[in-house]
Amino acid sequence: MSVYTLTIDGKDVAGSDGQTIMEVAEENGIDIPGLCHLEGIHDRGACRLCVVEIAGSPKLAAACVTQIAEGMEVTAHSDALLEYRRTITEMLFMERNHVCAVCVANNHCELQDTAEDMGLTHFDLPRISPKADIDASHPLFAIDHNRCILCLRCVRVCDEIEGAHTWDVMHRGLDTRVQTDMGIPWGESPTCTSCGKCVQVCPTGALFEKGRAVARGSKRRRPFLPWMKVVAEERGL
Amino acid sequence: MSRTVVIDPVTRIEGHSKITIQLDDRGEVTDAHFHVTQFRGFERITQGRPVHEMPAIMARICGICPVSHMVASSKAVDDIMAVEPTPTGADLRRVINLGQIVQSNALSFFHLSSPDLLFGFDADPAVRNIVGVARANPQLAKDGIGLRKWGQQIIEWIAGKRIHPEGIVPGGVATPLTAEVRDRILDGVPEAIAAVERAIAWYKSDMLRWEEEAATFGNFRSAFMGLVDRQGNVDHYGGWIRVVDADGKALAERIDPRTFNDYIGEAVEPWSYLKSPYWKAMGYPDGMYRVGPLARLNVAERTGTPRADEELEKFRWRVGRVAGSSFHYHYARLIDTLHAIERIDALLRGPDILDTHVRSYAGINRREGIGVSEAPRGTLMHHYRVDDDGIVQWANLVIATGHNNMAMNRAVLQVARHHVKGEAITEPMLNRVEAVIRCYDPCLSCSTHALGQMALRIQLLAPDGTVLDELAR
Ligand code: SF4
Ligand code: SF4
Ligand code: FES
Repeated sequence: MSVYTLTIDGKDVAGSDGQTIMEVAEENGIDIPGLCHLEGIHDRGACRLCVVEIAGSPKLAAACVTQIAEGMEVTAHSDALLEYRRTITEMLFMERNHVCAVCVANNHCELQDTAEDMGLTHFDLPRISPKADIDASHPLFAIDHNRCILCLRCVRVCDEIEGAHTWDVMHRGLDTRVQTDMGIPWGESPTCTSCGKCVQVCPTGALFEKGRAVARGSKRRRPFLPWMKVVAEERGL
Repeated sequence: MSRTVVIDPVTRIEGHSKITIQLDDRGEVTDAHFHVTQFRGFERITQGRPVHEMPAIMARICGICPVSHMVASSKAVDDIMAVEPTPTGADLRRVINLGQIVQSNALSFFHLSSPDLLFGFDADPAVRNIVGVARANPQLAKDGIGLRKWGQQIIEWIAGKRIHPEGIVPGGVATPLTAEVRDRILDGVPEAIAAVERAIAWYKSDMLRWEEEAATFGNFRSAFMGLVDRQGNVDHYGGWIRVVDADGKALAERIDPRTFNDYIGEAVEPWSYLKSPYWKAMGYPDGMYRVGPLARLNVAERTGTPRADEELEKFRWRVGRVAGSSFHYHYARLIDTLHAIERIDALLRGPDILDTHVRSYAGINRREGIGVSEAPRGTLMHHYRVDDDGIVQWANLVIATGHNNMAMNRAVLQVARHHVKGEAITEPMLNRVEAVIRCYDPCLSCSTHALGQMALRIQLLAPDGTVLDELAR
């Protein structure tokens, strides 16, 4: 396994072949924001919050899915990047209907935390206000599509860790929705094992335990699933 | 030529409204309407949301009494889950609700109404406000501010944030009470009692000055509605709905709050967004009734706490067993506050108040739920329907200002008849119309589900509807 040396924000760092910029940054105490990245499951590059600049490349790269290379010069923090990330965060809000004040996840929400970190104090983009449903047919859990940011953590954890593959994605563009078993109500899913992993990994108020009152967040603070760390190590993720 | 007077911003009350006064050919007042001109459909907003979110959504209807909405809403969700909160959970809800009563009553009496009572209804508005009160009668202002703060602290300490607390949840409350918080609240009781008793003494000594107002400020016969406990005492949280007529005779002794729809109809008038609930047995509009502090005292046998009962006796001796004048809302509000403080004290001294079992859990066990409690301004009813998954399909609220809608109109008419002379809107008339509305302390933002500041416009209308005079402020 070859070792590469590179710089992130001017700092000399090293990592091994196959590691992503995000992982190497993490190991070296450089924090790159991200909402879809989660240790223990494969990266998907869905949210684009982790965009970084690589010297010599005209494009921004998602740090969670870009592997390091020898001599790379990565800029993870700059005013321009902050501006991009702020806009990306704003777009995540605008794409669905987020009313934090009356959301189960209020004060327990990674999207909210990200907005705060980005200094997103108000919205300039037009609201889309799509019509989005709630599926509360499962006896224990519910999904509120109004709060989903399509990070697809639920899809990945259900597939890769639980092995049930209940969750997947349907439709395209603004109509994209996560779905359970080809779009049948969650409560009727023959594959769902009711393990609750999807609820645990969801960064927002989209997936929650039924009966939770507003701001009574449905998940514990991460790190929340110790076994995911073990799995990550075993798989060399 | 007949004319209509429109009073527009009723300053110092929350919400948005307009008053029109209709004159006939001889310039006599024939009718008066209190229009509520703003609307925001909260019932609509809640459709499609999980029912467990309702208490928090409902709390946002109103920044003045969010706790009251959380209480009624949580009770409605309890009903849908078919559970009783644990006894300690219920008691903590009571304490929080009473904290709300204290703070809101204090706001109404001291901050909004005491300037009129102290300086007279025609005093210069530059002086006739809480700042003026603080100069002329510093103790009175200080007592008002202190009481309000104590009530707010109770909410904040037990339920979390004071504006939009999250501690009241379906099934009970979110967190148990600690001994430290209990003791901190209890420490404030003697001063709170002293403050409200000083205000009562002042009010009683000053009462005679306002005989004319008491006689003309919404002084009429009507029924009254409020919650009472098993013994017929005032109950701000639970119990049964009792309704008495103008003579104190019970129209309904003990209505299970869940059946309120069998007894109350809701009329809609074209000139207002605010519905007019009425007592079905008497029809519309004869079935007018009033709610709020005055109604609570009129329907109950006693308050059930010693100091407040002593004052209630004096109250009845002065104004009768069933007080008919809306002016007496002020006096009643003080006694209501005294009772609330005593009740908080008693509840917090209960042996199980620190019990950690404060919440019951259950799923969706009924398709429909009703929650009724006493808000500062009167009986508050939340009624929801959900599907099998607990998603709200339909919601209706009957709020205190709604119950009082017809009575407020009647009161405005009475004041207008007494004070409208000639074709122009005079200051004294304007002041008194505003003041009579303030007796009811209407919280319009919640009653119409509107957001925004109260602004009052008053118009004097001719029989053909032309505006003769108009004043806005
Ligand atoms: S999911 Fe997060 S950001 Fe969205 S409404 Fe809920 S708390 Fe706010
Ligand atoms: S439901 Fe939650 S975990 Fe799944 S895609 Fe949406 S935001 Fe991500
Ligand atoms: S964390 Fe990299 S795209 Fe979401």
